[in-house]
Amino acid sequence: MHTLFKSTIAIAGMTAISLLSANTAHAKVDGDTITLGSAISFTGKYSTNGIHAKNGYDLAIKKINEAGGVKVAGKSYKLKVKYYDDESTPARTAQLLERLVKQDGIKFFLGPYSSATTKAAAPIIEKYKVPMVEAEGASRSLFTKGYRYLFAVLSTSEQYLASAIALAAELAPKIGKKATDIKVAMVFENDPFSLDVRAGVVEDIKRFGMKIVIDDKMPRDLSDISPTLRKVQAVKPDVLVISGHSKGAATAARQIKELKIDVPMIAMTHCEAAKIVKKFAGAVDDFLCPTQWAETLSYKDKMFGSASEYDKLFKATYKGYKNVPYQSAQASAAVQVWKDALQRANSFDPKKVRDALSATNMKSFYGGIKFAKAGNNIAKPMVLRQIQNGKFVVVAPSKWASHPVNFPRKPKN
Amino acid sequence: MFGNLQILYAAPMLNLQLIIDGVLIGAIFALAAYGLALVWGVMNVKNLAQGDFVILGGYIAWYAQKTWGIHPIVMMPAVMVILFIFGWLLYITIIRLVINRDLFTSLLATFGLGLVIQQALNLAFGPEVQVATSGLETRTFFAGLQIAEIKVISLVLCSVLALIIILFMKRSRMGQAIRATSQDARAARIMGIDTDKVYAFTFSLNSAICGAAGVLIAMTWNIQPFYGITYSIRSFVIVTAAGLGNLPGVIIAALGLGAAEQYGGFILGLELQVAFLLIMLLGVLGYRQIQMAKLRQVVQ
Amino acid sequence: MTKLYKGVDSFETNERKQLPFYIALLAFGIIAPILFPNYILQIAILWVMVLFAQTWDIMGGQMGYNSLGNVTFFGIGMYVSAIVQVGMVYDVGQYTSAAGGAVGTAASLAVGQGKFTADQYYEGIIYGILAAGVVATLFAPLLGWLLFRLRLAYFAIGSLAVALTAPELIGSWQWVGGGGGIAMPVHPGSADARSEFFYMLCFASAIVTFIFIKWLYSTRFKLAINAIRDDEDKAEALGIYTLRHKNIAWAISAFFLGISGAIFGNMTGFIEPLEVAFPTITFGIFMVAMPLLGGKGTFWGPVLGAIVFHIAKELTWTYLLGWQWVALGMLIIITVVFFQQGIMGWAQEKWPSKFGVVIDETAMDARTKEEAS
Repeated sequence: MHTLFKSTIAIAGMTAISLLSANTAHAKVDGDTITLGSAISFTGKYSTNGIHAKNGYDLAIKKINEAGGVKVAGKSYKLKVKYYDDESTPARTAQLLERLVKQDGIKFFLGPYSSATTKAAAPIIEKYKVPMVEAEGASRSLFTKGYRYLFAVLSTSEQYLASAIALAAELAPKIGKKATDIKVAMVFENDPFSLDVRAGVVEDIKRFGMKIVIDDKMPRDLSDISPTLRKVQAVKPDVLVISGHSKGAATAARQIKELKIDVPMIAMTHCEAAKIVKKFAGAVDDFLCPTQWAETLSYKDKMFGSASEYDKLFKATYKGYKNVPYQSAQASAAVQVWKDALQRANSFDPKKVRDALSATNMKSFYGGIKFAKAGNNIAKPMVLRQIQNGKFVVVAPSKWASHPVNFPRKPKN
Repeated sequence: MFGNLQILYAAPMLNLQLIIDGVLIGAIFALAAYGLALVWGVMNVKNLAQGDFVILGGYIAWYAQKTWGIHPIVMMPAVMVILFIFGWLLYITIIRLVINRDLFTSLLATFGLGLVIQQALNLAFGPEVQVATSGLETRTFFAGLQIAEIKVISLVLCSVLALIIILFMKRSRMGQAIRATSQDARAARIMGIDTDKVYAFTFSLNSAICGAAGVLIAMTWNIQPFYGITYSIRSFVIVTAAGLGNLPGVIIAALGLGAAEQYGGFILGLELQVAFLLIMLLGVLGYRQIQMAKLRQVVQ
Repeated sequence: MTKLYKGVDSFETNERKQLPFYIALLAFGIIAPILFPNYILQIAILWVMVLFAQTWDIMGGQMGYNSLGNVTFFGIGMYVSAIVQVGMVYDVGQYTSAAGGAVGTAASLAVGQGKFTADQYYEGIIYGILAAGVVATLFAPLLGWLLFRLRLAYFAIGSLAVALTAPELIGSWQWVGGGGGIAMPVHPGSADARSEFFYMLCFASAIVTFIFIKWLYSTRFKLAINAIRDDEDKAEALGIYTLRHKNIAWAISAFFLGISGAIFGNMTGFIEPLEVAFPTITFGIFMVAMPLLGGKGTFWGPVLGAIVFHIAKELTWTYLLGWQWVALGMLIIITVVFFQQGIMGWAQEKWPSKFGVVIDETAMDARTKEEAS
């Protein structure tokens, strides 16, 4: 009767596998639908932004389908996305991408959220030669490996805080100092993206001859940066730089308010995604927040209209957004790139599609999109905004600035 | 690291600040640790979900504030009652069955329990870090020393709670029953004490205490579904350092841990937060080993 | 209530009875990737799970030292292998630091591209895997020195704390990239060749572990660690060097876990300390849940537990998204509280004769009477 045992296992195994194979029905192009694939963070530490990105993808898909879909070789196709939750874990992203390729037959991809997961995704898509347009992995080391199938619509990490440092150098005289006297305190999350941002900041600081007085990392769960802030109180730097995705931003904003930190310039990434204006109001005034996109910029395209029209549409479609985070805007742009490239390639051959992607040169509500040979977008700058009276206004670069910078910082608690 | 030490040396007030911060937060650790000591001493259940009870309590208070605007301090008694009932339910369903099993069973069962609580919170409230606002100010004293009013109030509340518990254990019948059971369960049973009820009560009391600690944590620090494990480890460190029956020891150890964590976080950097806790744990255990060895030598 | 076993001819010691299962396992391992090439990755992970479960059970099931931190060796192996693989060709510190120069320029491409030739790749990975096993093994007595002085409960917590600490320590070590992680060398072959390559590695490592543990359980070592599980003080009194046995048992687990970590790191392609190398909340817990489910303390229990768990997990992860962790937690609770003997134990109780177990009725009655009083 060992056979009973053995057969139980065998049957269980077969059942499981046949259930699993129920998934293979989706090919990349099926009838009238082109299915894009994406492993993205619905749960885990990146879930907030993962969902912002998903909303961006979905909005663009909806708009494109409403406007007639994608025309390839004379036929109109609707777009669809197959999502899996990578739980904010790079290992899972890699596994799920393989699954999307092998079991689900997907050939065209949208990126995951965060540089860490994108770094795990990149080797896989290179291996299988399936192009991916990603909108949420800014780490510049993604573009130094000679990947040919990875395309990113967003600006790379070293640009995030560069303009803040440059601004500090420029405005130093306002607090009676030279650029080389400026003392910089920084605190970063200990993850691929934030460390790349930090590398960029360190380079800029060196360039201007400034001094780093505090160089801290956040704890793993991004819950508390009060030791760093205590040091800030003791050492009194001129610039405080913070980057820790949305969670780090929320913690920083809260503790800066609690501890009444007073530093002439505070620059932080992910302000909008962390909804700090909504949560902390006056206490976050005069924060400098780099952004990939702003609804006040004068970009526009035929499908979404202007940046502010996109902003309105997004807020109407998804409840609870006081500011539309750039993570959503760039996700929508990624889908736009796919439409544009597929139509130009006029075929579903992966190689033709890849070449079409590489030749992308388009304008969108999100900004210009043109890929360098390495795959990063060289047609769109990073923009620096400041929170003034509870609103985000563009203060740098000067071509796009709508308001002057408030410096030094005067918060209202 | 040396840069940080230099800062400490250059700004003596900062040392005081760190100690005060540490002591204030340590008071809350003491609550959670005492609950663990109770459950461990009386029932020999090593509750690895301790921290998750704390976070759960915090979430209830936060949710009440968010939805109905109830101030967390006002909500605290309600939270304690809710968690008491929760603990009782858990006892009847799960804990009762793991009491007299081997050491590891209770650990793993409560670990699984912690996992369920964490994930349930995650599903219900999302993975964002939340804070319950106390509406209280941070006061600045001489030479830039900052003390948040809420932290002082939480210290007071912890002390009051501790006092109530001590009185309860000393004076009330149930308190006596608990102490009797922890000394010798069989004898207690013979004397007519319903040990099952005692266990249920102890576990629920622990749960309530954790809830109170959670409310305070939500106001003074922050909560997130997965922060529980750190509090569990802290409680274990404190209980190990103090020994099971030793309430004053628990308090001192907790305050000490709070201060040590602040210092450690400052000097070594917060990215080594759990590493530091582990060093504390190993240090404490090592110290105990040496103590035991000495004791054995004396006996010999 | 304990059953008294009279017969020694139990299922586990009877090779003939187990033969069909060996064959089934081997056959599945060899045929499955050919039959289901699209699932090759998932089956590879199944083998990783089997290895996890078996190595945990040496400590947990056979020796009674339930470690919540075995995943530490997994991560150590992963990083050691990465260091060896990268270090054989490039300077590790340079390779891991954020690429210098402007993005996409020839200069940055040269630094960051980190290409490996086929020879370099295969040589690296072989040495990497071996080094991973060896170094992980060295860590076991080191950690053992810290933790084995503690009694059981402290051991579990201590091991958990170690597993939570390791990623923080490595995350602050800039030479291996700190929190930024390391991009692993890329496999030089086609996508399919890569999948097959890693499948073979996973399968091979699981089979080697399987055979080794099978052999180990036939030695006196197994009896000794069982004695430690049953009553450590008495075992010590009987002359068993418990500390030495504990260290060796953990070292064996560490060796195979280290190898597994090295393979997994290469399979994932990008490693970083918090999520990939030391996934305490995921793999760490799975390592415990699987042997419990299958029946700890038996040989086939962990294997069975791993298979059932992996299949169940793949199904729930796909179809019960959002609730999978709650389900996992409940599984642990239910298994620990109500189903402690696991599937194997339950099967043994249900059909004792199939397992060659003979129950001594008279002695049973006597014991039952004694326990009821």
